[in-house]
Amino acid sequence: MTHWITTLSFLALLVSGVEILISHPRFYWGETGNVLTPPLFQLPIPASRATVPTGYGYVLPDQNGWSRYLHFQSAWVAVLTGLLYVIFGLLKGHFRRNLLPTRADLSRRGLSMVIAQHLRFRPAHEEEAWSYNVLQRLTYLLVIFVLFPLVIWTGLAMSPAIASAIPAVVTVLGGQQSARTIHFFVSVFLVLFLLVHVVMVCLSGFRSRVRAMITGRPATDMERV
Amino acid sequence: MSKLSRRKLITAGLAATAGASGLAIATKLAQRYGLTPPDGGGLYGPGETLTYATQRFLTRHSLAREFTPGQISKDPFANEVAPLGEPFKRLQEGGFADWRLTVDGMAARPASFSLGELKSFPRRSQITHLACEEGWSYIAEWMGVPLSHILGVVGALPQARYVVYRSIQPDWWESIDMADAMHPQTLVTHGMNGGELPVAFGGPLRLRVPRQLGYKSVKYIARLTITDGLKRFGKGLGSASPEGGYAWYAGI
Repeated sequence: MTHWITTLSFLALLVSGVEILISHPRFYWGETGNVLTPPLFQLPIPASRATVPTGYGYVLPDQNGWSRYLHFQSAWVAVLTGLLYVIFGLLKGHFRRNLLPTRADLSRRGLSMVIAQHLRFRPAHEEEAWSYNVLQRLTYLLVIFVLFPLVIWTGLAMSPAIASAIPAVVTVLGGQQSARTIHFFVSVFLVLFLLVHVVMVCLSGFRSRVRAMITGRPATDMERV
Repeated sequence: MSKLSRRKLITAGLAATAGASGLAIATKLAQRYGLTPPDGGGLYGPGETLTYATQRFLTRHSLAREFTPGQISKDPFANEVAPLGEPFKRLQEGGFADWRLTVDGMAARPASFSLGELKSFPRRSQITHLACEEGWSYIAEWMGVPLSHILGVVGALPQARYVVYRSIQPDWWESIDMADAMHPQTLVTHGMNGGELPVAFGGPLRLRVPRQLGYKSVKYIARLTITDGLKRFGKGLGSASPEGGYAWYAGI
């Protein structure tokens, strides 16, 4: 349940985030930055504002109004859903049981075995299909406990009102523009995770996996065909 | 199958009911304490209400970050404005000697101030960050009269809830609640970086609201209206921004 709500709000955040980004596809470090200051880097795309020098002879339509409304509303949905997920995950021992790798998993032997399996594109056995391997565990832990908190934090750090109440939110990152730049990179990592995640689900049999996600049961060999 | 779905359905149903009633209660509470933004209806109302109510709770008295003189941007960006209209140009030719800021609405002593009068009021200067919703920003020193002082001079009535402020340029107006209007850093600004406020940056008079994004800091302000409600202004969404698709509250 929380998975699909998160999926929807993540896609809404992604689309609206891209729209907001193209109004100023330049990035800076520190507190300030604008078209009169040199950027850290600039994305080679046209912008939705005529004031941004992009090298393109045209300006994209401005979609920031609804994009911003949608971005912040979806952020609320994602954050509240994520909180529920984490609270229930902790209460029911989901993270400890299913996501925390064992010591054997993290040994060189354990790791190299899983990596070798992946390189040979060997699908999981029936008995393995219901639990996560060590690479999955580490990736999910990184996404849930590092990337998502970081993207929320850097998002809040761009708010002048939040920064007025809790200045450290932005000062420890090196400034408001640094927060914006980190927000961008973390979002890129989250999108990469999404792509790999979807490809993996497809490789292991899209229909049976999604059915398993909805019903909560692994597919048997019969169903997998 | 049946065991699994019954249990899951009950849990999901309970969670959905709890979520929905929680949201309904939160909305009611927000309404009771005046924490619903004027554009809090419609599709994006829940998100806007949550943001506004939460931030009012967290930030009612917090001060925008202030910086050192060394951090003032050497290259501030003024952004584009619509071509300046005839009324502005006429006053500009006269060196803004006849520029007036009219204050009306729920005030015991409505008044109209010249720039000279405003400059004789107690002034405050602060070095703050101005961030545009597009993503760029700069730091500058702003000098002006705290809006709270002007509201005191005209005797704003206790039932006042918002201050509407208008540019001399057509269709450019905003409003803020009393938490921002009475905030010590909300300045009727007439100076920048040690000099007069340049026209490109909103001179001769700009309302700076440093705890919100740049678009709430309207340039060329000529009129303030103190009010207990925003329904009668424009389309009733609080300011020109929601009419153009942008959020009324921009503390984000």
